[in-house]
Amino acid sequence: MIDRRFFLKSSGLALVAGGLLPNVFVKMAGAATTKGKKVLVAIFQRGAVDGLNVVVPYGEQAYYTARPTIAIPRESILDLDGFFGTHPSLASVVPYFKDKSLAFVHAVGSPDATRSHFDAQDFMESGTPGVKTTEDGFLSRAVALKKSASPFRAVALGSALPRILSGNSNALAMTNIAQFGVRGAVPGFESMYKDAFEASRVLKSADPTKLQPENGAVYPTNPLGNSLKQIAQLIKSNIGLEVAFTDVGGWDTHAGEGGAQGQLANNLRQFSDAIAAFTRDLGSRMGDVVLVTMSEFGRTVRENGNRGTDHGHANFMMIVGGGVKGGKVYGKWPGLTDLYENRDLAITTDFRDIFAELLTKQLGIASLKSVFPNYDPKVRGVLA
Amino acid sequence: MKRLALPLVALLLTTGLSPHPKLTEQQRAVHVLNRLAFGPRPGDVDKVLKDGIDVWIDQQLHPDAIPDRAVEARLQNMPTLQMSNGAIMDTYYKPLVQARRARKAEDATADTPELKEMRQKGREVVEDLVAQRIIRAAESDRQLNEVMVDFWFNHFNVFIGKGPDRFMLTSYERDTIRPRIWGHFEDLLTATAKSPAMLFYLDNARSHSGALNENYAREIMELHTLGVDAGYTQKDVTELARVFTGWTIDQRDGTFIFRPRLHDSGEKTVLGVHFRAGGGMEEGERMIHILAHHPATAHHIALQLCQRLVSDDPPKALVDRVAKKFLATDGDLRESVRAIITSPEFWDPKQYRAKMKSPFEYVISAVRAVNATVDNPLPIARALQQIGEPLYGAQPPTGYSDRGDVWINTGALMNRLNFAVALANNQLPGVRASVADPKATALELGAPEFQRQ
Repeated sequence: MIDRRFFLKSSGLALVAGGLLPNVFVKMAGAATTKGKKVLVAIFQRGAVDGLNVVVPYGEQAYYTARPTIAIPRESILDLDGFFGTHPSLASVVPYFKDKSLAFVHAVGSPDATRSHFDAQDFMESGTPGVKTTEDGFLSRAVALKKSASPFRAVALGSALPRILSGNSNALAMTNIAQFGVRGAVPGFESMYKDAFEASRVLKSADPTKLQPENGAVYPTNPLGNSLKQIAQLIKSNIGLEVAFTDVGGWDTHAGEGGAQGQLANNLRQFSDAIAAFTRDLGSRMGDVVLVTMSEFGRTVRENGNRGTDHGHANFMMIVGGGVKGGKVYGKWPGLTDLYENRDLAITTDFRDIFAELLTKQLGIASLKSVFPNYDPKVRGVLA
Repeated sequence: MKRLALPLVALLLTTGLSPHPKLTEQQRAVHVLNRLAFGPRPGDVDKVLKDGIDVWIDQQLHPDAIPDRAVEARLQNMPTLQMSNGAIMDTYYKPLVQARRARKAEDATADTPELKEMRQKGREVVEDLVAQRIIRAAESDRQLNEVMVDFWFNHFNVFIGKGPDRFMLTSYERDTIRPRIWGHFEDLLTATAKSPAMLFYLDNARSHSGALNENYAREIMELHTLGVDAGYTQKDVTELARVFTGWTIDQRDGTFIFRPRLHDSGEKTVLGVHFRAGGGMEEGERMIHILAHHPATAHHIALQLCQRLVSDDPPKALVDRVAKKFLATDGDLRESVRAIITSPEFWDPKQYRAKMKSPFEYVISAVRAVNATVDNPLPIARALQQIGEPLYGAQPPTGYSDRGDVWINTGALMNRLNFAVALANNQLPGVRASVADPKATALELGAPEFQRQ
C-alpha cells in the first residue's frame, strides 16, 4: 500500500519542517513549564467539516469507490500510519504528528442522530447530546468547578459568547483584545459595569498585544489566525487563562467541495496554517497547552450529485500540545462498508471521552459528573 | 456551589415592572416604540400618545398607507437598488467571472487589475444594500415594516458571503421578502423557494435527478417551516430533495426556472404524501402548500414571532393562540402579528424594557434616540460588525438568534459603549447627531436600561 515515493515524500516533509521547529517543543511532552497555568484551547469547525477528506482512510478502497471525483488521490496524501493520511493542505501540522506531539481521533462524534447543524452544535456544546433543556455549556460547567479570581480564566474569541462557554463561568467574549476597553472618559460607565472595567484594567496592564509572534511563526491573515494569535498573547501574558475557545465556519460543502485542490483544500490550508503558527509561536510554552478541534458531525461517505457531501455522522478531532501522546490516529475504525444508516461513518468514540480526558488531565478537574451528566466517559489515553 | 451570580446577565436582564399591575399610557407608548419600532426618536412618545396608541399600531400594521417620501427620495440616489437581478448579474457578476476566466490562461492565482476593478465595482451593490436597510430602519415612518423585514429576512436567511449571493440579495430583499411580509405565509415561502438567492445559497439550483443535494430540503423543513422536532425523518429529507430537483436558476436572466429534464420524475413519498411517477414542478408546490399549512409550522412561526416581539421565553399559552390564529387565517402574517400585539402578554408589565436589544436594534435605536442624520451609513455598518451582527452576514441558514440573551457578553458590551461614545461625540463620519451634552448622552446610550427594549 505504501510505496517508496510516498515514504520519501512524507518523511522528507517531516525533516524539512522538523528542522524549523524550536527544539524544546519536540521534547515538550511532560516538559511543561511552571510559568503559567495549564490551558485548553478548543476550536469548533462550524458547518460540519468533511473529516473523511481531512484524515483520509486512503488504505480502504471503499473510500475511493464512494468518492469518484472528490477523493484525495493517493499520491497527494500525507501518510500518517500506512492506512490513514491527511489532506495535503495539512502539510503544516503533519510534522507535529511525526514529532508525536499531535494526535488525531477518527470516527468520533456526538451519538445523537440529528443531522441539523444547529441541534448538533447545541448538543456538542451543551455536552448533553439529545437533551435540549440544558442551559449552559460544558466548558463553562467545567471551568466553574475551579476556583480562580481571573476575569480571563475563560475567553471566547468571537463577537458572541458561544453556547459551550455560557453559564456560571463568567467567560468573556471578544473579537479584538487590543480594543477591549472603552475609549473616551465617561466616568459613569465605570460604576455601571464594574466587572467589565476591572477586566479591561487587568488586560491593559498586562498589555498582551505587545507580545509579537515568536520562533518565526507567521499567522495567516484569516479570522482563525487572528484569533489564535490573540489567544497565544493571552497565554503568554499570564493573566490566568485556562480555557480559550474560537470557531471557524465555511465547512458546509454541499457542492463543489473539491479534492486535493478546491474549496475544502483552501479552507483546510488556512485552518492548518493557523494552528501550526500557534504551536510554533508558543514554542516551549506549548508544553502547558493542549489545543483540540471539533465539528458537529461528519459528512456522507458517498459524494452527492454536486461533487460535494451532505450531512453525515462521525468525524475527526485533532489534538496537539503538551502531554499529547501523539503520532497516532486514535479510535476504533468502523470501516466504510458497514455504514451508519447506510450512508455515514459510524461513531466509535464519544467526543465526551476525549474532552473528559482533557479536562481531567489538563485542567485537573476531578469529577466530571456535573460536566457530563448521566455519562460515564471512557479514558482513551490521548494524554500522558 | 453558591456561585450563581452572573453580574452582567443579571444587570442587563433585570426584568420589567412586575410589581405594577398595569403599564401607564406613557409606558405603553414607549413599549410599542421599543418593540414595534427601532426605539423612539425625540418627540415620538408624545406623538404616539397624541394620535392614540391603537391608531398608531393600526397604521403600522398597514405600512403601504404610510407616506415615506423622504426615505424613498434618498434611496433614489442608489442606482443598484432599482436594478433587476439579471441586470445586476450582467453588470457586476458576469464581467467578474470573465475576468477570472481570462486570467486562468496564464496564471490561475494572479490578481489582475481587471479583477481588482471588478471587485471594487461590485462593492457598490453591497454598499447600497446595506445603506438602504440602515436608512430605512433609522428613518422610515414604516417602522413595524422594517422590524418585520429584519425578522423575515433573518427567518429566510441568505448569507452575503456565499459566492454570487452578494449580487442577488438586492432583488431577494426587494422582490421576494418585502412585498410579502404582510400577506400569507405560503406566498412568502413559495417566493423564497423560487428565489435565485435561496436556490444558490442552499444549493437547490444544483440539485437534479441522479445528482441530489439535500441541503435545501432539510432547511425548508427544519428552519423555514416545521421546526427541527416535528418528527420528519432523514428519508423525508431525501425524498423532499427529489421533489425539488429541477428547481433552479435560469443563467440567461438570473430568474427562477423549472427544468423538467433535471427533475427526478420517479415515484416518491414525503411526510406520508405519495407522488406517482411522472410528476413535475407541481410536486414541489404541493409540498410547499402542505408545509405552509402544517400545525408544526404554525407553532414554529408563532414561537419565533413571539420571541422577537414579546420575550425570549414567551408564555406557551400565547404561542398556542398565535399558532391557532395562523392556522385559522391561512397563515395571514398581518393577523398573526396583530394577535401578538393585542394579547395581554404583550402588554404585561413584566415585558417592559425586559428584552435585550440585538446589535441591530441597539445601534439603530441609539441613532434614533439622538435624532442623528445618517448621510453615510458605513460607520453604522462597521459598528454592527464590531458588536456582533454584521448586516446580511449570518453564515448559517439559521440566521441570527431571535433571543436577546445571546448578545450579552462583556466584549460586545464594550463595543456598545464605544459606539455610544463615538455617536454622542459626533465622531462617526457622515453621522450627525444633535447632542447638547455628549457625556450625558453617551452615559444614557450606554446604560443597562438602554440595552433593553
